[in-house]
Amino acid sequence: MLSKRIFLWIFFVALLAALPPFVLAIGQPFYLDLVRRIMILAIAAISLNLILGYGGLVSFGHAAYLGIGAYTVGIMGFYGLTSGWLQWPVAIGASALVALAIGAVSIRTSGIYFIMITLAFTQMLYYLGISIAEFGGDDGMRLKSRSQFPGLIDLGDPVAFYYVALGLMLLSVFVVFKIVNSRFGMVLRASKSNEARSRAIGFSPYPYRLAAFVIAGAMCGLAGALYANHTNYITPGLMSWQQSGDIMFMVILGGMATTAGPVLGAFVLLLVEDQLAGWTQHWQVIFGPLLVLSVIFFRRGLAGIFTKPDA
Amino acid sequence: MLEVRALTKCFGALRACDGIDFDVREGETHAVIGPNGAGKTTFISQLAGMLRPDSGRISFAGEDITSLPAPKRARKGLARSFQITSVYPEFSALDNVALAVQAHSGHSFRFWRTARGDPALVEPAERVLEDVGLLQRKTILAANLAHGEQRQLEVAMALATEPRLLLLDEPMAGMGIEESQRMIALLSRLKQRKTIILVEHDMDAVFRLADRISVLVYGRVIATDSPEKIKLNEEVRKAYLGEDL
Repeated sequence: MLSKRIFLWIFFVALLAALPPFVLAIGQPFYLDLVRRIMILAIAAISLNLILGYGGLVSFGHAAYLGIGAYTVGIMGFYGLTSGWLQWPVAIGASALVALAIGAVSIRTSGIYFIMITLAFTQMLYYLGISIAEFGGDDGMRLKSRSQFPGLIDLGDPVAFYYVALGLMLLSVFVVFKIVNSRFGMVLRASKSNEARSRAIGFSPYPYRLAAFVIAGAMCGLAGALYANHTNYITPGLMSWQQSGDIMFMVILGGMATTAGPVLGAFVLLLVEDQLAGWTQHWQVIFGPLLVLSVIFFRRGLAGIFTKPDA
Repeated sequence: MLEVRALTKCFGALRACDGIDFDVREGETHAVIGPNGAGKTTFISQLAGMLRPDSGRISFAGEDITSLPAPKRARKGLARSFQITSVYPEFSALDNVALAVQAHSGHSFRFWRTARGDPALVEPAERVLEDVGLLQRKTILAANLAHGEQRQLEVAMALATEPRLLLLDEPMAGMGIEESQRMIALLSRLKQRKTIILVEHDMDAVFRLADRISVLVYGRVIATDSPEKIKLNEEVRKAYLGEDL
């Protein structure tokens, strides 16, 4: 099974790597932009999968870290700090800190309360984004310049930026894969499977869950920093509950607690959305039922088509 | 080794545990029996730290553990098995036991090295599986094990934490005769080297395994004695009216 999985991954990565020269050759650079956006949001989905899929923590506020990451880049740029070497680590660190604060409170609850608390915190950040006029308020803020990596890479070059996003997406997949198979990951997954049993053999799930929550927040913060550079424009909408729902849906559609699931989910969700939006203005009318059907028929997500169940 | 004094737990007006005094000596197998609803599971849950007593004191190896949460008690060497099978169903038998080994091998904030295949976890886990007779089934998902095998896995997970005191909550629950015999054989081997509290309905098992027996009725211990004397005890016979001891 493993070799088939690796083969599929190599095929998929080769496809993505070959895309830029291909779309430029046929004169459709628009697709470069689309796929780059998908890969960036896939990083957010990969990070959510760590806590939602493997940890059983149904966070309905994951877009918060997308927003924190993006606004960090925007605000630092606003004050003239445009170095990516500075912006990105700060974006990751700030997201981790916010995740620590939100997680420390919300992980003490469970079930519906956890969902509601994570949602509430993110709504607070959303309204904070709306209310600060200096950084654009409701209208959002334009990035003065993209993050600067002098001598290394120019994010203004769409192809270079595309490969940065691809590289970081694959790195995220690998990092989460390593984490969930480590001792730490086993505790996280076991505590999702049977919390009473974990406590009985001597694990306190709380610190492990909190650590996973912080890692997921940090990773999503990186996605936010990328997203700000991608759109060149940051709005509070990035932290809206619809955005959180989108990320969550990518994970569920693709397959929770699977390595490839969130990536598959991000690609399928956003490509279908893009196609339907091209046909009709009322694309959501078709999109909604499609999502419902996909959840009914692919219980274990799209990744379940390729793989057997795994603990 | 374990000392319980005046342990009381109420659920509303029901006194599930009503001033229980209870001692376990190093090396003994101490059975707790009693009719349904006598408060056995409530009692065990308080020993394991899953329920907080209303009053009373529990000390373990000379240390007051009354307010210690379950994970800390487990790390101090007090392991339990559950009456209703409680394993990790989506994990293999080996993973289940390896997790129990991991639980007492220091903290688990190790994010990178793969846990499966780590000899420090796998080797002890395999030894325990061999001990309970499940080694050939190690790759099977716990959910797909037979009921009797899941009960063995329960015991294996408790054992893998290298406990000083083993709390077994009805290990024979729901077992057929043949499975019960296998479990009894396993427990009689364990009792050679472990201190055990055994809560059990199967009187055959209790009288074969226990060094001492405490009888719990309506949340009170009405007698604690050797199996022979418990059999002859009038009060116990009354409590078990109609049941053959």
